[in-house]
Amino acid sequence: MVFYVRRILFYVITLWAAVSLNFLLPRLLPGDPAAIMLGKLRRANGGRPLSEETIRGITSMLGAEKGMTFWDQYIAYWGRILQGDLGISSTRYPAPVIELIGAALPWTVILVGVATVLSFVLGIVAGAWVGWKRGTWVDHLVPATTFLQSIPYFWLALVLVAVLSVQLGVLPIIGGYDVFDFPGGPEWSWAFFGSTVVHAILPAITIVISSVGGWLLGMRNMMVQTMSEDYVVTAEAKGLTPSRIRTRYAARNAVIPSLAGFGIALGFVVAGSIVTEQVFSYPGIGKLMIQSVQGLDYSLMQGVFLVITLAVLAANFLMEMIYGFIDPRVRHRG
Amino acid sequence: MADNTTPEVPVRTGPTPTSTLATIRIAKNDRKRRPLPRISGKLLTGIIIVVVIALFGILAPFFVQDPRFSGNDALLPPGDGHILGTTKLGYDVFAQLAWGTRGSLFVGVVAGALALLLAILFGVLAGYFGGVVDEILTLLTNIMLVIPGLPLVMVIAAYVQNTEGLGPFARSSFLVAIVLGITGWAGSAVVLRATAKSLRMRDYVAASRVAGERPLRVIFVEILPNLVPLLAAQLIFGVIFAILGEAGLSYLGLGPTGSITLGTMLNDAQTGQAVGSQAWWWFIPPGALIALLGTGLSLINFAIDEIVNPKLRLAPQAARNQRKANREGRSVSENGAIA
Repeated sequence: MVFYVRRILFYVITLWAAVSLNFLLPRLLPGDPAAIMLGKLRRANGGRPLSEETIRGITSMLGAEKGMTFWDQYIAYWGRILQGDLGISSTRYPAPVIELIGAALPWTVILVGVATVLSFVLGIVAGAWVGWKRGTWVDHLVPATTFLQSIPYFWLALVLVAVLSVQLGVLPIIGGYDVFDFPGGPEWSWAFFGSTVVHAILPAITIVISSVGGWLLGMRNMMVQTMSEDYVVTAEAKGLTPSRIRTRYAARNAVIPSLAGFGIALGFVVAGSIVTEQVFSYPGIGKLMIQSVQGLDYSLMQGVFLVITLAVLAANFLMEMIYGFIDPRVRHRG
Repeated sequence: MADNTTPEVPVRTGPTPTSTLATIRIAKNDRKRRPLPRISGKLLTGIIIVVVIALFGILAPFFVQDPRFSGNDALLPPGDGHILGTTKLGYDVFAQLAWGTRGSLFVGVVAGALALLLAILFGVLAGYFGGVVDEILTLLTNIMLVIPGLPLVMVIAAYVQNTEGLGPFARSSFLVAIVLGITGWAGSAVVLRATAKSLRMRDYVAASRVAGERPLRVIFVEILPNLVPLLAAQLIFGVIFAILGEAGLSYLGLGPTGSITLGTMLNDAQTGQAVGSQAWWWFIPPGALIALLGTGLSLINFAIDEIVNPKLRLAPQAARNQRKANREGRSVSENGAIA
């Protein structure tokens, strides 16, 4: 029980710290983002003065309101966050930030989520096999995975685009669906679904290739260590079949640290592969983040950063609870 | 100590070693024969790759043409005069590559060193002092660990780079390195804390404390030297992380536009439609160089890993020996009889 209380307490503190960081960054770093943002909004509004309400919203999210103490600003900020009011975007004026994020989220979650699960399963199965075959020629393949890991993933995406899309013309280059076939935007039909799948293939391949090496290596190393534990020797001495030893004794224990990593990776699904999304102009969270940073759309940027952080925290929390359940040692060590 | 608990297994005659016994025996032989860990193929390959690339980054910029000289023809494929062709603006790609390597290495080393310093500060102090200090430092580390890195770097960079009054510094590679350094230390701190915590319990550290040494002296003289392989591994991780991070940031247009790095080259290639116009010589070399450098550094880390964690090296060796014995017909046969 102490374990769960401690962990919940940690996540509450971290949540508070993350939201506070979001509050402090625009205020403590030099420059006046609120003024820049208001200027941008005024321009987006066609030079007409902004409403009182909008101005108050922006200043309470981003910067110093006149005549307000730091503490009052902080309270006002929390009030806005709890109401789910993240301000108005200037690059896509006058859409509220929260709506833009809501529209982008499914794209990223599905694409990166599927790719992450795929990469994890591939890496674990291959890693268990390579670890089982320790001391054979397979060992020499292991260093090759470090190359896969060191490739900048957006560069891999560029190369794939150059070969598969530009040279061979097999797969589409950009977007989440074909904008010419579906000018009205997303719709519920098989044709649209097909279009999204075709558009997701290249980004997904990129993510899988660049992340599978890490899973493989981690699993292989744990497998090698587990295989020299006494209980595996005992299992061998008892005359159990190799396949039983491999799956029930070795792999089952070796996969535990990888599961912890998987939790973290799932959290980063929403953070997405920001740069990969940029390469493919994929309409997800990463693309939104880049747009906001390039357009100095501070409201949108703060909002996206907050949502990404919250998602990472939630996924980590969930995974840690499950992990404590799978591996009792974690609970007792404290 | 180990000798008392492990039965000596005769090499030729006795029952075949199970993998644990074999592991222990190999470890002993290994220790007897080699005072220093042997240089494996991986380590050697890694060192050669890293040294060649580092020398390229340090020396080549003295011999190439000005990387911002735009008098050449645009988009020349590789050939005479320009080994790697030219960009859309007529820059020599090879010259850009040389300067870019230097820039990326600079960012990597500065950011990696800064991250390592912070990791030592947070990790080793937390592990050594324990108690309240540990609780606070670990909390900070864990918070940094779960806050997603690249988005945080993007947010900080967006604010800092648009600050007036910083002048050219706002867009310098030094600033990018600092931002990457202060966001990339948490993972190393976790590793260092765990090891420092276990080292603190050792007899020689206790002896030094009982003798009345000051905590800082104990940390620097007794603990840090024993962490050297681990520190090296963390530094290498930090450098890889920073080089990849810089490349990503630059590709998004948030990099050091004031200087040339491998990342800014990729950004130029992207804005110059290099992929669409099939100018592969423009965007392939920078990425390939990053991947190669990362591989070299990872290989070195791999070798360090095998030294720090002997099971990784000894278990495959034991399996290999067992199989060799099998082939030579002096092992336990299928039904358990001794051949």
